[in-house]
Amino acid sequence: MIQIFGHFIEEFQDDNEYLKICFSPRSVSLKQRWRTNGLSADFIADYLQAFFTGKPKNINEPNAPIPAHSKNAVKYVANELLENAMKFSDDTLGFATKIAFHLYDDKLVFHVTNSIKPEIIKDFQNFINELLQEEPNELYFRRMETNALDDNNHRSGLGVLSMICDYSAQVAWKFETLETSPPITLVTTMVCLEV
Amino acid sequence: MEIKTDEYNVAYNSDTATAICKGSFLLSSAEEYAPILQILNTAAEQQPKQLTLDVKELEFLNSSGINMFTKFVISVRKKTTLQLVTIGYEGIPWQVRLLKNLQRLLPTLKLKLE
Repeated sequence: MIQIFGHFIEEFQDDNEYLKICFSPRSVSLKQRWRTNGLSADFIADYLQAFFTGKPKNINEPNAPIPAHSKNAVKYVANELLENAMKFSDDTLGFATKIAFHLYDDKLVFHVTNSIKPEIIKDFQNFINELLQEEPNELYFRRMETNALDDNNHRSGLGVLSMICDYSAQVAWKFETLETSPPITLVTTMVCLEV
Repeated sequence: MEIKTDEYNVAYNSDTATAICKGSFLLSSAEEYAPILQILNTAAEQQPKQLTLDVKELEFLNSSGINMFTKFVISVRKKTTLQLVTIGYEGIPWQVRLLKNLQRLLPTLKLKLE
């Protein structure tokens, strides 16, 4: 069974520049993997920087989103996607987390696929529906206020909201439930940065 | 008060009432950011008239770090006699965006872009 949330751009094997990295699920501890998120995001950003050919946006507007082509934008998105994948994947299932990005003339598209713990799927999808129905900036600031008052809120959604609001990213999700016993769900998070 | 690691450095100078953040903030959770938040909160509790938060040498900040700064700024809202000043680089768009977001949470916040 496949469920799509938002405008999901499928990953195609084509002639454009792309890079894929897989993270083996049990080779290192979570703490060590956490450290590699930053290193991996740095590598991705450095790699893309060499190939980026997009047009610069006007950064002189006071409320302008951060230019997508900046190395920081790529590193930020890659790091947030990896952090979320590491936090919410089900380590017991043995699925490797994969990050892929494709570079086009007018956009960068990231896809991160990871397994997901079944007990968090419902809340996650509820958050996605809230995100798709509400004005993101209002939701962003409301979440900041809520997080400030609630130290137990471990899943704030701020990473996704910051990508949308601060980097003008388009984010969508695909949930795929495999016909295994018990059923296993994989989630692919897609982030598109227009350039 | 200071925290120094291979990735970042946070130091508060009580003489100048300035907290300086340098390096990369890539910690995984609110719990891991708690010591940094503690330095900022302790600085605010010393009740200077003006407290400066300097992030211009902060090279990277993840969303858990954004969460930490927003928590601090929201707690400063209650301290009506404290003037918070933030310093960032105009040429680093994410710093500009962060500080403007913090100003939206705390309208009395003064923003200096160097």
